[in-house]
Amino acid sequence: MSSPEQWTHPEPDAAPAATAAKPTAEQVIAGLRATDEGGADLVQLLTPEGERVQHPDFDIDITAEELRGLYRDMVLIRRVDREANALQRKGQLGIWVPLLGQEAAQIGAGRAMREDDMAFPSYREHGIAWTKGVHPTELLGIFRGTDQGTWDPVARKFHPYTIVIGNQVLNATGYAMGQKFDGKVGDDNGEATMVFFGDGATSQGDVHEGFVWAAVYDAPLVFFCQNNQWAISEPTERQSRLPLYQRARGYGFPGIRVDGNDVLATLAVTRWALEECRHGNGPILIEAFTYRMDAHTTSDDPSRYRLSDELELWKLKDPIERVKVYLVKQQWADQAFFAEIEAEADTLAEELREFCVNMPDPPAERIFSHVYAEGNPVLEAQRDEFLDYVSGFAGGEH
Amino acid sequence: MAAPTMDRTSSSAASPVQTLTISKALNNGLRASMEANPKVIVMGEDVGKLGGVFRITDGLQKDFGEQRVLDTPLAESGIIGTAVGLAIRGYRPVCEIQFDGFIFPGFDQIVSQVAKLHYRTQGKIKLPIVIRVPFGGGIGAVEHHSESPESYFAHCAGLKVVSCSNPADAYWMIQQAIDCDDPVLFFEPKRRYYEKGEVDTTVAPGPLFASRVLRQGTDVTVAAYGPMVRTSLDAATAAAEDGTSLEVIDLRTLSPLDLDPVFESVRRTGRLVVVSEAPSESSIASEIATRVQQECFYSLEAPVLRVTGFDTPYPPSKLEEEYLPDLDRVLHAVDRSLAW
Repeated sequence: MSSPEQWTHPEPDAAPAATAAKPTAEQVIAGLRATDEGGADLVQLLTPEGERVQHPDFDIDITAEELRGLYRDMVLIRRVDREANALQRKGQLGIWVPLLGQEAAQIGAGRAMREDDMAFPSYREHGIAWTKGVHPTELLGIFRGTDQGTWDPVARKFHPYTIVIGNQVLNATGYAMGQKFDGKVGDDNGEATMVFFGDGATSQGDVHEGFVWAAVYDAPLVFFCQNNQWAISEPTERQSRLPLYQRARGYGFPGIRVDGNDVLATLAVTRWALEECRHGNGPILIEAFTYRMDAHTTSDDPSRYRLSDELELWKLKDPIERVKVYLVKQQWADQAFFAEIEAEADTLAEELREFCVNMPDPPAERIFSHVYAEGNPVLEAQRDEFLDYVSGFAGGEH
Repeated sequence: MAAPTMDRTSSSAASPVQTLTISKALNNGLRASMEANPKVIVMGEDVGKLGGVFRITDGLQKDFGEQRVLDTPLAESGIIGTAVGLAIRGYRPVCEIQFDGFIFPGFDQIVSQVAKLHYRTQGKIKLPIVIRVPFGGGIGAVEHHSESPESYFAHCAGLKVVSCSNPADAYWMIQQAIDCDDPVLFFEPKRRYYEKGEVDTTVAPGPLFASRVLRQGTDVTVAAYGPMVRTSLDAATAAAEDGTSLEVIDLRTLSPLDLDPVFESVRRTGRLVVVSEAPSESSIASEIATRVQQECFYSLEAPVLRVTGFDTPYPPSKLEEEYLPDLDRVLHAVDRSLAW
C-alpha cells in the first residue's frame, strides 16, 4: 500500500479547525475541554455503531475467527484492568494505571506485531503486554511494590515499563537503529520496533530527539502515540497547536491519525506501518485517537478537571461494543461465544486476585541485588553491614 | 574482567613501548577495542570525519565506517538514549560528550535509564556503555567548557566513574571500560591531552577499578585524580626540595572508590590532602574525607584537608588560575596539615 494521501499531498493552507486538538465552539460552550472529533483525516474501518466502512488507503481482510480473537483480547484485558483497579481499591496494589477505553488502540497495535518485532511501552500498555505474551500477573509486582517488572525484556521482545515520560522513545530509536545495523531491515523478513507514548509525552525533548534520530538513520520504528486526550489534567491543546500526527511531516516521515477505538483500523494502519518499516521505509508516526475513560491513575481525581458529559460522549464510541455489534450482525458470533468469553474473563480475574494477594514481600537483600553487573565492593560492604544489623534482631525480624 | 587481548595494530606490534600523548593513547585504545570486538561502536558529535574536537577519534570512521563511528545529530539525550537501545540490541557504544558542561541534556537518560535498567530488570538487561567526557579547566575556554561534574555521577547508584591521568592509563583504561559490563563514565583530563608518556601496549598496568600509589612518601598523603595528579606530583617534587616527603595516590576510580591504598598510606603518614578541580561541597573529596576519618580515626594527626575548586560556577577564564588548585595551593595545604 502506498503512502496515504494525507501525507504525500499535504495542504498546509487548509484550515486546521476540523482536525485540531482543540474542541469545537459548540464543545467549548458545553464546557468540554477535549474534542471527541478525530477530523477528516481519521482512518476508520468500523464505526461506533458497528458499521464497516471503506477507506481509500487502508483496508483489512479479516476472518470471523480473527475478529473473535480481537474481541476476546479486548474483553479479557478490560477485565484485567478493572480487576487490578479493584485490587488497588482493596489495598492490594499501591497504585494502578487504568487502560479503560484504550483497548482497541493497544490490541490493534499489539496484534499487528510479529514475534520478532520489539515493543517499548510506557506504563499503561497492559494490552500490548498481553499481545506480547507477558501475563497480567507479571505486571502486578510493579504496582504492588514487590518488583519493577520481572519478565525478560530481550527474550519477550517487550521492554520494561518506562515511567519517566518519553525516555523509552530514544531507547526504542537506538534499538531500531541496531536492527538496521544488523542487516535485519529491507525485505519481508525484516524486523521492526514500535514505541508507545501518550499525547503528553509529545512535548518531551526525548520524543523530539527520537523523531530526529529515527528519521536521519531511517530507523525501522513505528512511533505509536495514544492520544487519550488527557495528560493527567491537561488536555491535548496544552501540548500542541497542531494535530499530533501532522508533526511527522516536519521530520520528514508519514504521520497517520487512526481511530484508536476502532480495532480494525488500528490493526490495518499499524500492520501497514510495520511493513513499511521492515522494508526500510521507516520511521512512521501513528496517532491513535482515543480516550482515557478512567483516571490517570488510581491516585487521580478527574472530576476536578473534566466534565462527565465528555465521558458520556466517548462511551458511545466504546471500542468493544462496536465489535460485538458487528460480530452479531455478521452472524460471526452467537450468545454462547459471548458467554464463553465472559466466563474466561471471570476465571482470569480470579487468577489475578489469587496471585496478587499471595505475592510475597521481597527479602531485604533485594535492595542491594543487581545494582551492578560486575559488582561493587563498597556497596557489598554496605549490604553486609545492613544485613548484619538486621540479623541482630530476634528471629531476624525488625 | 580479563584484560583485552593483544591483537593490535602493526605499529604497536613493532614496538611494545611507545611514547604517546594521552590523546593518541586514547585513540589507539579505542582502535584496539574496535578491532577486538565488532560490536564496539563510537558515537557523538563530530567524532567521524572531524575526529572529534580534540581528535580523540581521529581516523576511526575512515577505517571502521560510518556505521561504527556515528556522527550523531546534535543532541546529548539522543546520544545516550539511543546508546541504551543499541546496547540492549547487543552493541557496546562508546559515547563522546563533546565538553563536560554539555552532558546535562543527557543527564536524565544517564540517571533514569543507563544507571537503573540493570537493577530494574534484576540483571536481564546489561548496559555496557562508556560515556567519555573531556573534563576540567585550564584551557582558557568560554563557559560550560571547563567543568568537573564527576560527583553527580559518583552519587548515582548503577554507574561506575573513572578518570585517567597519564597515557598508559588512557590506553588501557579506555579498553577496560569498554570491556566492562557496567556503564562507565570515563573522565578525560582535557588540559593534559597533549602530555606525553610511555605506553607499554603488551601489559595492562592493573585492573580498572583500582587506585595506585604513584610516588611513595612518609610525611603527608596526597590523593588526586585526572588533571590534578600531575599537579600533585609536581607539588611532591617541590616539597622534596624542602625536605617534605609526599606520598601521591592516583585514585583512578571514583565510583566505586578504591580507598584501601589511601587508608594504608594515611595510617603511616597520619595526614591526608585531597586534590580536585571540582567544587568541594558534597564532592568526591568530601566522601574520601568521611571514609578516611571512619577508617583511620586513631591514625590521623590532622583533619583531612581538601584543595578544590570553589563552590561557585566556573569563573570567566581570566580567573581560572586563581580558581583551579595549583602547586602552591597543594603545598599550602600540606603545610597546614603538618602544622596542625
